[in-house]
Amino acid sequence: MDFSARFCFSDFGVACLRRICPVTWLLGVLLGGAVLSPVTAQSTLPSVIRESQQRVVKVYGAGGVATLEGYQSGFLVSPEGHIATAWSTVLDVEPVVVLDDGRRFDAEIVGFEPTLELAVLKIDADDLPFFKMQSDVPVRPAMTVLAVSNLFGIAAGNEPASVMRGRVATIASLAARRGTFETAYTGDVLLLDLIANNPGAAGGALVDTQGRLIGMLGKELRDAATGVWVNYAVPASSLRPAVGDIIAGRQSTPVADQQPMLPRDEAHSLQTLGLVMVPDVLEKTPAFIDAVPAGTPAANAGLRPDDLILLIGEDRIDSQRTLKETLRRLDRRDAVEVTVQRGSQIVPVTLTPAP
Amino acid sequence: MMPRMFRNLSAVFLAIAATTACWAQAPAVLEFQQQRVEAIERAVPTAVSVFVPGGGGGGSGVLISPDGYALTNFHVSSPAGVHMRCGLADGNVYDAVIIGIDPVGDLALIRLLGRDDFPAATLADSDRVQPGDWCFVVGNPFLLASNLQPSVSWGIVSGVRRYQYPAGTLLEYANCIQTDAAINPGNSGGPIYDARGDLIGIVGRASFEKRGRVNVGVGYAISINQAKNFLGYLHSGRVVDHATLGATVVTDSEGGAVVSNILESSDAYRRGLRYGDEILELAGQPIMTANDFKNVLATLPKNWRVSLVFRHGGETIETLVRLAGVHLEDELLEKMAGALPPPPPRPVPQPKPAENSEPKLEGDAEEDSEANPHAGSDGDGQLPDAVAALYEQRRGYANYHVNAQHQQRLWHALRTALPAATPSEDAPSDSGAANEWYLQGSTPQGRSVEILIGDDVQQITLGETDREEARRLQLQEPTHAYQAIEEASPAALLAALGNLKRFARLGPGRYGDTYYLGTMPLLGQWPLRDVLVATAGDVETRFLLHEGRLESIEAFAGRDRDPAELLLRGAGAEDAELPQTLELRFGTTPALIIQLQSWTTRPATLHSGSSS
Repeated sequence: MDFSARFCFSDFGVACLRRICPVTWLLGVLLGGAVLSPVTAQSTLPSVIRESQQRVVKVYGAGGVATLEGYQSGFLVSPEGHIATAWSTVLDVEPVVVLDDGRRFDAEIVGFEPTLELAVLKIDADDLPFFKMQSDVPVRPAMTVLAVSNLFGIAAGNEPASVMRGRVATIASLAARRGTFETAYTGDVLLLDLIANNPGAAGGALVDTQGRLIGMLGKELRDAATGVWVNYAVPASSLRPAVGDIIAGRQSTPVADQQPMLPRDEAHSLQTLGLVMVPDVLEKTPAFIDAVPAGTPAANAGLRPDDLILLIGEDRIDSQRTLKETLRRLDRRDAVEVTVQRGSQIVPVTLTPAP
Repeated sequence: MMPRMFRNLSAVFLAIAATTACWAQAPAVLEFQQQRVEAIERAVPTAVSVFVPGGGGGGSGVLISPDGYALTNFHVSSPAGVHMRCGLADGNVYDAVIIGIDPVGDLALIRLLGRDDFPAATLADSDRVQPGDWCFVVGNPFLLASNLQPSVSWGIVSGVRRYQYPAGTLLEYANCIQTDAAINPGNSGGPIYDARGDLIGIVGRASFEKRGRVNVGVGYAISINQAKNFLGYLHSGRVVDHATLGATVVTDSEGGAVVSNILESSDAYRRGLRYGDEILELAGQPIMTANDFKNVLATLPKNWRVSLVFRHGGETIETLVRLAGVHLEDELLEKMAGALPPPPPRPVPQPKPAENSEPKLEGDAEEDSEANPHAGSDGDGQLPDAVAALYEQRRGYANYHVNAQHQQRLWHALRTALPAATPSEDAPSDSGAANEWYLQGSTPQGRSVEILIGDDVQQITLGETDREEARRLQLQEPTHAYQAIEEASPAALLAALGNLKRFARLGPGRYGDTYYLGTMPLLGQWPLRDVLVATAGDVETRFLLHEGRLESIEAFAGRDRDPAELLLRGAGAEDAELPQTLELRFGTTPALIIQLQSWTTRPATLHSGSSS
């Protein structure tokens, strides 16, 4: 499985020959389905596309410098305005969401799952069209798919998102290529034969020809060795549990402000855990670790300089200020669950205070 | 004949079908494939591979008429200038000459020479295109068509009514079609067809960004409906400009396109459009957002007059507006010169132009000269005789030759179909002897009207009625005509007819400064009419003709004022050679309506100073 992904890009012919029977069979079924009655094909594909576009949103946030775009895509997963999107630097600020009908909302980040590069936003609206996170949508290589996203930020206001058509080339893990693709996600992806993962496409919806959600377009990934850009989507089946948990509140990662602040001498602090952060010079300085003195809980747990703290417990850390405030709410006698990003890896650790 | 590549492609498909028993739906699949092959077969002969002589690059184009007119991009034709070499899938290379250019809309009209039976594409209605429609692009990506067989790429429409900001200062793509069919450098100027093989647009640019200048599934095409708007203008041989309303519009927070700024000199202002008004419709297209407004406006040519519907203080106003140009003429020519790429490389080494003078054209079709097998045959700047015979250089024109031809055509049409179709035999209108037109009629209220149009003096006499005395108005000097228009006097009718008579007598060369503008709607209505513009003294006169019949004369005294508009209605209906009514208007208000009884030519009776 690991190698088929590579074949599809470097030696497509070989992959095709190996798969010729199932591929052509599917071609036949899919094409046949599309053309059995050309009238139907013309009247339903546009309606599938239109309905999918209505479920895709434009997300605007941080960025706009160099090659970091300040925009991406997302899609509605509940009628109450929950939006699945890619966890990215765009979300370094509270994002603005523009719906297909042009309505504009300030969105709240209600949760994220770093290992899936998934974030869930919420806007204050209801009765919205949304994608059901179904578990029974069959996904197979060679199936026809539509990628619906606001790639290149082409659509603005009430303009519908762009739609592209192609096929699932294969289903494979990016893990075999670990180190070449800078991503925290290690599960299977749907590799696509269409150039779906352009700037701004991350968080877009991948749907089948009936308009059922089968994946979320991932962030742009480039093979560090070959310079090849990979076109892929994270399967909906992988996202489903996390999205469900976040919506249900089982996994909530808002910036914490619920627990009361403890007196300074009873709460955790950077010092109690042995964390030396990079200089806090910005309004929202990222929580990068600068040094880990030996013998401290941080050192014992294996934390390293350059680790980025993402979570304390289930609370999202969006800046050093949030980190310090969050630690003030934790009893210094308790162990602290910390999730860091190390390069492209997500590493959970437990910091146990010295007895 | 089925081009070889398709035969091969079909063979591959058939081989796959034959070797696998998996084609459960084979008949339907084959039928679909057959439809696709047929559409491509129908379309491919109309696609043009454009090569710049001397190896300066190239691109694509598409034939739209059997006499060889083809559309391409301005940014493809501009490196070539006047002469291009064009390959068709029939294996022949034809010389082509530039006809007209639209640097803002990135369109150029060229003409392939040597045949009058070129295969031509059928123009579709691109307003009907919607996301998900199958479409395909045919062209010359990477200038691969060295055997003159163009490349075909298939895809879907990804978005419609897209707006792409100008690349640099020109090349604005409004209301364009977005597709995931592969578009690469060299496809520029080429056709995009619908599933039937009808032409829906002209491919022009693509989003590239960080992956280099190759297809990333996001290409844009100028809609063929925009091209249809501009086709008459392009046929004029001019460098044409796009329209502005003289007002800016923003999308209101409640939704709706609201005027945020308006020029008091604009026609829209004269028609009552004010700050804060909501625009509902422009040129018959609904407007909901500022984006819609921009999309519609940017597909319209300068000087067109179109319908406008807006809400002003709770009232819905339907009117007509004349659109001004986005640029001043000199401004457009300067920008265009700035956007032109450096001259193509010559065999003689010469200093390279600075890097930063390269135009920032997305999808520009510049390619290595080695890739061009048809280079070098005449890269010495000499035009082939066939091209030179059809080209005339003049400032403001891509090719003045075609404009001069249209002027002659319309002059001839005016003279043969002139309403004064009943010249008295002793005074033929083009003899040396002075003659005059004598028109008789009455207003709808029954007031008699008598009009005399001499070469120097024109006169209108309105008869006596119960309530009004007889009234006689005369134009005796050239400045009178200007005044009559400026003051919105009924005598402006004399200016319009006087200029018509003078133009019919003298023709384009001797009347003054004349040119063929192209085609535009009349009173905001299609079909498009031919427009000839003639300026003498300070009055600019436009003659609008349709199928050889004069339908309207507009006389302008200055830009910031309503022209006198004389509508000649009813000619051609029920065998009527004469127009049945003359209607003089200022703005949208009729000033005088005359039901015409006769219009004859007779020896002059009216002379300067003969007024009573």
